[in-house]
Amino acid sequence: MSQAVRIAANMAAASLALASIAAGAEGVAWDGFAQSHVAGRTSRVACPAGIACDFPAAELRGQLKAEGRNSSGNAGFLGRFDLLRDVALDDTRLVTRELFGDLTSEKATARLGRQVITWGVGDLLFINDTFPRDWVALFTGQPMQYLKLGSDALKLNAFPGAANLELVIAGFRPDNTPTSRRFIFADPLPAGLPRRTVEPGHGTGKMEISGRISGYLHHWELAGYASRTRYRSPAWRVMGAEIAGIYPRLNTVGASLTGPVGKGVLSLEAGYYDSPQDRDGRDPAIENSQFRGLIGYSRQLWEDATIGLQLYGEWMRDYAAYRETLPAGFPAKDRLRQVATVRFTQLFAYQTVTFNLFAFLGLSEEDRYVTPSLRYAFSDNLWAEVGANLFGGKRNGMFGSMQDNSNIYLTVRHAF
Amino acid sequence: MKPLRRIALPLLAAAAVVTAPGRAADPSADEIVTRSLEAFYYAGNDMRAKVQMKLINPQGKVREREMTMLRINLGKSGDQRYYLYFHGPADVKGTSFLVWKYPAKEDDRWIFVPTLKLVKRIAADDKRSSFVGSDFTYEDVSGRDLDDETHALVRKENLGGRPTYVVEGKPKASADYSRRLSWIDSERWLPLREEYLDARNEPLRTFTADKVEQTGKYWTVTARSMKNLQSGHRTEVVYREVEYDVGLKQDIFTERYLRDAPSQWVR
Repeated sequence: MSQAVRIAANMAAASLALASIAAGAEGVAWDGFAQSHVAGRTSRVACPAGIACDFPAAELRGQLKAEGRNSSGNAGFLGRFDLLRDVALDDTRLVTRELFGDLTSEKATARLGRQVITWGVGDLLFINDTFPRDWVALFTGQPMQYLKLGSDALKLNAFPGAANLELVIAGFRPDNTPTSRRFIFADPLPAGLPRRTVEPGHGTGKMEISGRISGYLHHWELAGYASRTRYRSPAWRVMGAEIAGIYPRLNTVGASLTGPVGKGVLSLEAGYYDSPQDRDGRDPAIENSQFRGLIGYSRQLWEDATIGLQLYGEWMRDYAAYRETLPAGFPAKDRLRQVATVRFTQLFAYQTVTFNLFAFLGLSEEDRYVTPSLRYAFSDNLWAEVGANLFGGKRNGMFGSMQDNSNIYLTVRHAF
Repeated sequence: MKPLRRIALPLLAAAAVVTAPGRAADPSADEIVTRSLEAFYYAGNDMRAKVQMKLINPQGKVREREMTMLRINLGKSGDQRYYLYFHGPADVKGTSFLVWKYPAKEDDRWIFVPTLKLVKRIAADDKRSSFVGSDFTYEDVSGRDLDDETHALVRKENLGGRPTYVVEGKPKASADYSRRLSWIDSERWLPLREEYLDARNEPLRTFTADKVEQTGKYWTVTARSMKNLQSGHRTEVVYREVEYDVGLKQDIFTERYLRDAPSQWVR
């Protein structure tokens, strides 16, 4: 989607919003919050210059949300804006997290504008959900709502009979991936060369399309997914006197299933990641095509306590080609990367206290990422959370490579 | 409540025929509880209400929950579907719950988290767990199975000017209480008071129906409270805008409307 198309889409969303108000909105509801969040690095490391070293995150944030609907209920809008003073990077910015208009009828709905979209059945593991994410927010302990970034998209839903069809046409938006402004990690690319990411150019190169079909079968929910999109983390390569990061094409297809088994919930999801710009697997800068799959089970242990377990695997299709072309100095991945996760949640004191522990355990890479947290709600409007992001294990692993970035954090939010 | 409706109602009818000419004999404890569960949890084919909860701690500090509750009964099977939409507090506004309830097995439950646009199926083996941090359990909100307890009619007495049957229930499986005494209105069949007692006969929790109103042909407990006598915590609930048989359709109780509240009903 070109800039012009994006602007047009936003204008259309805004007009929809205005139209819905003009058509007799029952009033616009405003709410929001003020929040402070600070994350301090737990280890003493010699940071290179220019890194937010002691405090990778330190910010004050105000959010304002407005939503409304016309009296007949067939048109509405929502806007969610954050004004942010980022002390860690010495930056102040206004972020449009969501801004969309809705049209609703009995058999179909349309949503246009910036919107968060979440698919799939994994818990912090994503296969068929290829929509943009904010890994920096995750790794610095921001509240979970910041894990997802909005897509600038047109989303159409149709409800013919028992099935739910969803079609999303979106402009490309990269993930917010960890960079050397806040994080320290080993980098096998040549030092000293300037870096630049190149987002897809104008026209159709920027367009993405994703679809989902879902339905119920007795107690089970089935879904099928397909998308024509791009990897949202840059694939870096040296180009002349600089290092350029491009976002290679990605096609995915997959399915999921979830339902009750015993006293808990079983989740299954699988997908195929086709890398059309590296079909033979010989381009070391671009991810190989992969199969991905997960199986998860969650159940209650005792009152107000639940546990969730997941086993996840990524299987590289052209492993021989990958090994042959991997440049010297780059750590080699396994053909089958396996990760297990554990989530334990316990509520106390009339659910005013929440203890949560989530752990990624790299079975093949022998690394880990553990996030314990404790939240106390002082009242309906005020809560505080302390927690940690603890990386460890072998430094060649995805989580182990982050281990100089382990941090503890404190978040305080006042909602109104 | 399959076994219940199929067996208990003909029994009641038979009882009515047999005893009609003479002085009405008292129904059995199981019949009383059956009628009470019907009146309290199954009134109408569907129901809509605005529910306001006040969670009050022993120091008097109040937390509030405000939600719209939609319910539909699915034929005579006893299966029901519930839809709950949270209007407040601000931090959970827009969160919704979907429950497919079956009398004889675990519910299917889903939650929608609006900030992530995430629909998540949740494990539901917790009918005795607190509902959203209140003194009410999930079971208190959406009902229980007749066969979960054995029942005995203890006595008849007047409570606040209403004739009641006092029924004792004992859970068949081990539970957080040993005994429940219920004062059930013998004309409207609603529970007016319930006391939960532990093994040493100490009171654990007390339910009181603080206000009972008639909507069309149905009686509804529109103000109720549950007090935890051990912690001193209590919860007061008010049902407003109670409507029955409004014509809710079954497709409202699906993922579509979990993600996108049906504005006709959720206001």
